[in-house]
Amino acid sequence: MLTPEQKQDLETQIRAFVGRPTGPPSVGRDLVNEPMIRQWCDAIGDANPVYLDPEAAARSVHGGIVAPPMMLQAWILEGWSMHRGHGEPRDEQQRLHKILTDAGYTGVLGTDTEQTFTRYLRPGDQVSAETVIADISEEKATGVGVGYFITTRTTFCDAKGIELGTMNFRVLKFIPKEAPQSAAANADAADAQPQKPTRIKPPLSHDNAWWWRAVAEGTLLPLQRCAQCQKLRHPPRPMCDDCGATQWDHIAASGRGALHSYTVIHHPRFPGYEFPILAALVDLPEGCRIVSNVVDCEPGALRIGMALQAFIHEDEDGFKLPLFRPAEPA
Amino acid sequence: MPTTLRDEAAIAGIGQTPYSKNSGVSELALACQAVRGAIADAGIEPREVDGLVTFLMDSSDEVEVARSVGLGDLSLLSRVAYGGGAAVPIVQQAAMAVATGVCRHVVVYRALNGRSGQRMGQGVSGDIITSDLIHWSWYMPFGMLTPASWVAMAATRYMHEYGDCADALAQVAVVTRNHAQNNPAAAFYGKPLSLEEYYNSRWICEPLRLFDCCQETDGGCALLITSPERARDLQQRPAVIRGVSQASFDGQEQMTSFYRPDMHRLPEMERAGETAYAQSGLGPADMDAAILYDAFTPEVLMQLEAFGFCGPGEGADFVRDGALAAGGRLPTNTHGGLLSEAYIHGVNGVAEAVRLIRGVSHNQPERCEHVLVSSGVGVPTGALILGRDNG
Repeated sequence: MLTPEQKQDLETQIRAFVGRPTGPPSVGRDLVNEPMIRQWCDAIGDANPVYLDPEAAARSVHGGIVAPPMMLQAWILEGWSMHRGHGEPRDEQQRLHKILTDAGYTGVLGTDTEQTFTRYLRPGDQVSAETVIADISEEKATGVGVGYFITTRTTFCDAKGIELGTMNFRVLKFIPKEAPQSAAANADAADAQPQKPTRIKPPLSHDNAWWWRAVAEGTLLPLQRCAQCQKLRHPPRPMCDDCGATQWDHIAASGRGALHSYTVIHHPRFPGYEFPILAALVDLPEGCRIVSNVVDCEPGALRIGMALQAFIHEDEDGFKLPLFRPAEPA
Repeated sequence: MPTTLRDEAAIAGIGQTPYSKNSGVSELALACQAVRGAIADAGIEPREVDGLVTFLMDSSDEVEVARSVGLGDLSLLSRVAYGGGAAVPIVQQAAMAVATGVCRHVVVYRALNGRSGQRMGQGVSGDIITSDLIHWSWYMPFGMLTPASWVAMAATRYMHEYGDCADALAQVAVVTRNHAQNNPAAAFYGKPLSLEEYYNSRWICEPLRLFDCCQETDGGCALLITSPERARDLQQRPAVIRGVSQASFDGQEQMTSFYRPDMHRLPEMERAGETAYAQSGLGPADMDAAILYDAFTPEVLMQLEAFGFCGPGEGADFVRDGALAAGGRLPTNTHGGLLSEAYIHGVNGVAEAVRLIRGVSHNQPERCEHVLVSSGVGVPTGALILGRDNG
């Protein structure tokens, strides 16, 4: 964590970048040309004849082949050299990012882009571009961590210096909530992929870790059983409230159940869950109740008493938990 | 030595800060304002206070409050757990201390930046492994993270047992909001709620709409408790503690007592009420007004039944009859409740009960000899009966 003084120093440093061009204007490596247009249309899957068919294009309002407007930025990209990464900053934007990276704001996430276009480009046009660091936000708390939104504004011009369009591009430069998984993520923050949020995992202790392990190993619904009096209990606890025994084992419940109560959760929308959540309290025939979710069911179809069947669901990150779905009619 | 708390202590002072969404000051500052306010209201010197009781979850240390407010030597420093469930039990702690001679003047307080700081409604999470956190582990992976979701689970079952009562929940929200229109301290003062707005509000956790859920507030509230004899010599009319209880019940969990045979009842609240009635020698028919913990509207129906103001399953009809309004059979939450005055974890409700006994509520019923006050619902809780001084 930065001290207030360090934070102030950092903000003074980064704010000085606002208004600065990232570097001298860059000129596209190639003039606008038909082969590049064709390759772009192939990649995007755009079959518009004004981009691809000289005869059809000649008959159109354009009078000849034009380039797709969305290619505007493509004409000035550096090409393969961008893959060298950003070990040593080569322009002002990279210098700005490095200051933040060194201060712990190692994550970077493209958030949104806005473009405007003034005219269609034709083969033979030359495109140049100048990019300015337009804005740096106050520090914001976001789902991925605290950070600064940095907006750059690029202005594209033709050979005569007449404007072809603009692009505002915004990135979030942030302190990831969890440490990066690999050193590579640190070394090249620009390539860091934000982690998809996942459901909150159960905090584990001696009293409940065994249950989640059993589920992970394939026990559909573990139910704690007193080793002395055989009473089943859920949620698990360290002592039997009937006989006082602290020894226990567990059985696997059948997985059948009946809906005892429920709520359809709409708000607030925590990251890592799909909304609405059908939260359910389920009566098990073994005599216990358990909280879980019902899936594969419309919210309006939930009925107290309806028959449910448990199954083990696995999240994309490998976390397993028992959920319920409506039971097949017998 | 007394063997009951009946008439052994009285609330002689109340203090509160402004209620807002962003206090701009620390929770300790709020606590100090509220505590000093209660002492000034009673008309004693800070140095005469010798006991402090607050919520376990309150962030303001007793000794920090004491040093800031200029209290003297303390003989009792005590805290009560379970969030809003503590609103009445902190009064019980103070009454026990006064009744047994441990203290002469106890101040109980609760202060929180509940909106601009740590928000209750945002739900549970955490890193420290406690038995409480393991308890939440059975709900967090399934998205049951908020008080609204836990209460909604019970409310669905309540409606299953007794029939749909969405219109009664709407009544609770609107009547409570109406009360706030006469209370300038209320967050929703000047902001009435129509039935149409209520029904158009978004779902939070079905069957709870936005206006079934209370707000979150920055603010503090404090009460000064002393003996009825001393209270008589102070500057306010005493609100005598006729009965006060704390209660937990078999199968109790914190907000998730889902595993009892009946989910549509509040047995801990029934027990809290029975204890307070027994102490006081009074019953539900003797109550002229009620302050019922209304973090969520269905809790009001369930408490009307738990305290015997109506029979099981009759809460909705009781509300539909207009009983909760200022001129109704049981004027309830006359300050605007947690729903529309402020969410000071129920302590602001105790302060309103004191105003009702003094005869200075903004929605004062004509006759007000006895008021029943409850604390947090779905947790270990308590009930308090205040009465006019007859001594």
